[in-house]
Amino acid sequence: MAKIVGGMFVSHVPAIGGAIARNLQEDPYWKPFFDGFPPVHRWLEEVKPDVAVVFYNDHGLNFFLDKMPTFAVGAAPQYHNADEGWGIPTLPPYDGAPDLSWSLIEKLVDKEFDPVSCQEMLVDHAFTLPLKLFWPQEGTCPVRLVPVCINTVQHPLPKASRCYKLGEAVGEAIAEWDEDLRVVVIGTGGLSHQLDGERAGFINRDFDLAFMESLIHDPQWATQYSIEEIVEKTGTQGVELLNWLGARGALPPTVSKVHANYHIPISNTAAGLLVVGTGE
Amino acid sequence: MAATAAKRQIPGTTLFDGDMAQKGYALNKMCFSFNHADNRAEFVRDEAAYCARYGLNAEQAEAIRSRDVLGLLAAGGNVYYLAKLAGILGLDVQDLGAAQTGMSKDAFKAMLLAHAKEN
Repeated sequence: MAKIVGGMFVSHVPAIGGAIARNLQEDPYWKPFFDGFPPVHRWLEEVKPDVAVVFYNDHGLNFFLDKMPTFAVGAAPQYHNADEGWGIPTLPPYDGAPDLSWSLIEKLVDKEFDPVSCQEMLVDHAFTLPLKLFWPQEGTCPVRLVPVCINTVQHPLPKASRCYKLGEAVGEAIAEWDEDLRVVVIGTGGLSHQLDGERAGFINRDFDLAFMESLIHDPQWATQYSIEEIVEKTGTQGVELLNWLGARGALPPTVSKVHANYHIPISNTAAGLLVVGTGE
Repeated sequence: MAATAAKRQIPGTTLFDGDMAQKGYALNKMCFSFNHADNRAEFVRDEAAYCARYGLNAEQAEAIRSRDVLGLLAAGGNVYYLAKLAGILGLDVQDLGAAQTGMSKDAFKAMLLAHAKEN
């Protein structure tokens, strides 16, 4: 049976791609961010996942406003990154796990989530850069991937509680999957930031730190808030924390903290990193 | 009449909802096209013609012409797509932040850093 070994949560910012390409890990601006990752690399060496299920949001690479799914699950043998228009290097393709993807889709429809299934799906920086941060080695990513895309672009967005329950159904599907796989779940995006409007530059350190702490001990804490309240507390893009809630929902209620880091700012973003283990 | 009722007001913030998505469709579709280098080059060659080809209205075309970030948002632009336009113009998100808040870029960056020191 497949086992979930833990969860990894991290912000995604296009500029991280430029910093990796230019080897700026030791640069004073970037070091406090990149210094968060060696403990994660050591943990990954211990738990050795085969597959990662990645909850993220597309920024207008695969999906446009002509067709905007609330939830979409990748079911492709391979996922390609592509030019997003702002000059960060395109990363090599990722191997999929289509059988596992379809089991997720079956479970989600059974639980009345009704996602869009995608046998072709471009993956953007919200997917590729977290993977590059977690597995920085040259060449292809060493785990197979299942992308789960949540709409954080066009309101109405799915409620926080709904994203958490989506994650619970994903966790059930993985637990029922009859193959000896070690699975890690990943949630990307946030934490507090706002790119648009007169409130651009908004950051809320207290909320971010409370949110990260809640994922360890009180994982449904943030589901008390409406989408509008989350935007008010975290910014128009801080609401990407929905991806973290989805990933957290896939994990068992009790987890242990492996590592955390929090740094302000990367670009306009409060960058969070959290890794929790299930003991598997 | 607005398609959605009773919106929560968050200062300096507009939620990109169905009303905005309809209003900004042409503008955002043009920005979505900037995923392709050929399209970016064509925009740079003749901005006005490129805007016209995507059917931008006068408000949107003027906001493009005058590099008015708040104007682009008011005309229905979504920042995830506008970011691709910013890439063509060589602007990063801190340039956008400065333009929208009326600060200098240095002041905007200092404001971001100050958040790290809040208790």
